[in-house]
Amino acid sequence: MFDLFNEILSTLKKNRLRTFLTGFSMAWGIFMLITLLGAGAGLKNGIFNNYGGQAMNRAEMWPGRTSMPYDGLQVGRRTIFDEKDPDYLKDELDEISVISPTRSVWNLSMVYGQDYISTSLAGVYPEFNEIDKIKIIEGRNINGADIKEARKVIVIHKRSAKSLFKDVDPLGKYVVITKIPFLVVGVYSDDDMSQEPSSYAPITTVGKIFGTSTGYSSIAVTIDGLKNVKETNDFDLKLKTKLAKKHQYDPNDNSAIYYWSMWKQYLEMIGVFSGINLFIWIIGIGTLIAGIVGISNIMLITVKERTKEFGIRKSLGAKPSSIIKLIIVECLMITGLFGFVGMLFGIGAVELMNVLIKPSTDPDDLQIFLNPSVNLTIVVAATAVLMLAGLLAGYVPAKKAVKIKPIEALRYE
Amino acid sequence: MHNTKSNIYLCGTKLKIQIMIKLENINKSYVNGTSLHVLKGLNLNIEKGEFVAIMGASGSGKSTLLNILGILDNYDTGSYYLNDILIRDLSEKTAAQYRNELIGFVFQSFNLISFKTAVENVALPLYYQGISRKKRNLMAMEYLEKMGIADWADHLPSEMSGGQKQRVAIARSLVSRPKVILADEPTGALDSVTSIEVMDLLKSVNKDDGMTIVMVTHDPDMAAMAQKIIRIKDGVIGSIEKTF
Repeated sequence: MFDLFNEILSTLKKNRLRTFLTGFSMAWGIFMLITLLGAGAGLKNGIFNNYGGQAMNRAEMWPGRTSMPYDGLQVGRRTIFDEKDPDYLKDELDEISVISPTRSVWNLSMVYGQDYISTSLAGVYPEFNEIDKIKIIEGRNINGADIKEARKVIVIHKRSAKSLFKDVDPLGKYVVITKIPFLVVGVYSDDDMSQEPSSYAPITTVGKIFGTSTGYSSIAVTIDGLKNVKETNDFDLKLKTKLAKKHQYDPNDNSAIYYWSMWKQYLEMIGVFSGINLFIWIIGIGTLIAGIVGISNIMLITVKERTKEFGIRKSLGAKPSSIIKLIIVECLMITGLFGFVGMLFGIGAVELMNVLIKPSTDPDDLQIFLNPSVNLTIVVAATAVLMLAGLLAGYVPAKKAVKIKPIEALRYE
Repeated sequence: MHNTKSNIYLCGTKLKIQIMIKLENINKSYVNGTSLHVLKGLNLNIEKGEFVAIMGASGSGKSTLLNILGILDNYDTGSYYLNDILIRDLSEKTAAQYRNELIGFVFQSFNLISFKTAVENVALPLYYQGISRKKRNLMAMEYLEKMGIADWADHLPSEMSGGQKQRVAIARSLVSRPKVILADEPTGALDSVTSIEVMDLLKSVNKDDGMTIVMVTHDPDMAAMAQKIIRIKDGVIGSIEKTF
């Protein structure tokens, strides 16, 4: 076997152009496929990244004013989310898994020592971070005891902490909001880059300080088990109907309660991406076919060109099987080696994309490209397909060339 | 055994004569639209150690005969014994093995592999015998030396003259130590001086190694350098004459 490799290696060395052309077809096919798939993955990762850390199955509702008369009631009534609304929704709609009402107060000053920053204060339950997916990086989240005892504790954003405390550890310090001191128990970070990040306090505390007459500022929920856009539409309609019934307004009145669901958008985007994916695969398979044709073509010509050589070899005692083996192993060596080279270059190109197209650091920029990557299994499978194609393309004419009587092969010019 | 060996008494000495090639009633037709009967019941014996030249007009069947002798082509009826082995209806594999072990070819157009050096070309038959690279290169060098072109061992055929190429080809035909050398117009592509050099080389191989050589040629001067001239006429042996 070692001898066979040597024999082939010397043949390849002395037929550089041919070896290069076959190899190039192979390497190019694999390279293009990897680059394409990598770019596709990058696009997808980039777009999905814009959704930050929010739960994809998130929906939120805010109170508004009625815009249609209903059952003798007049237009312009304020809707108020009261304490019963979360339980009502949870009881009526099985799809809701987590429910988190919020009491928010905007445009507040948060003071520490001589420094102050503008913030909004969100009164929340501990569950809120299952929906908003904020990350506590220091200290702790709002907990059940905080809620129960209406403690004056606060979780602030890391940028707020940086502005107010500079290099001092904020944990255990007090910040003052509307003359009331709040104990900082946690610092969080999120992917939200907004200028004025919220601070979080127990919902009961916020209720006590700022009053509960206006009701909840919003109710956020996560929804499970909706598989497609239609189911989502049905659910949205059901939710609106239930709310309309409870708050006595026309179900078609969209301004009595504002409702926004991420899930539908998410599903639609998945649809778009499966379309893009399909497109990428069609191009990818096209590239593969072009590679197959290229390799087959060269192998075909190679075998034809070598008919006389095979005749000489046969006259010197080469068995048909040894000639077929020669072609097949040669083909495998070229396609395997150059497939690997193409793979390396492709992965290199994807890595280069990763480095060159840096994620934008401007918070308001939309990311469109992030973490391009390829599935190695697909790459290996594509390499195998090309190798197999090259093999067949070599084998079929080789089988034919070997069948020619040596005397005819020798005459072949 | 009796059919291939006979005892001949010459001047009271008992000589054992072995028949290397025995052709009995060989028929060969080519069917190519119309049937062309090329060899018509040809009979021929060539003894071990003989150097014979086969001559004949084009179309007489001399090339066909050489191809059959070289197991490059098969025949329709009759029987062909090479070194006492019946060569008939062989599989490709067996034919390849016999070609490798029993026959060395020398062609008019040299038929060297263009991308291999002289020594690699000579070593190729040994590759198909499964001999190690080191040993076969050593053996190839030995035969290149014998042919007087050891200095050209690492040259490609394209860098050599016709005479040198034919020497490489002869070295290649000898390296596997075959029973018979089949030469198809070995001087056909060479000038007259080189032709005589190549013929002298073949003669010395015949004389020194006792190699049986069958040469097809249309050149009477070259044929005259063999021991026997066999003339083919209309698919049968026309005449056999000794040259000395």
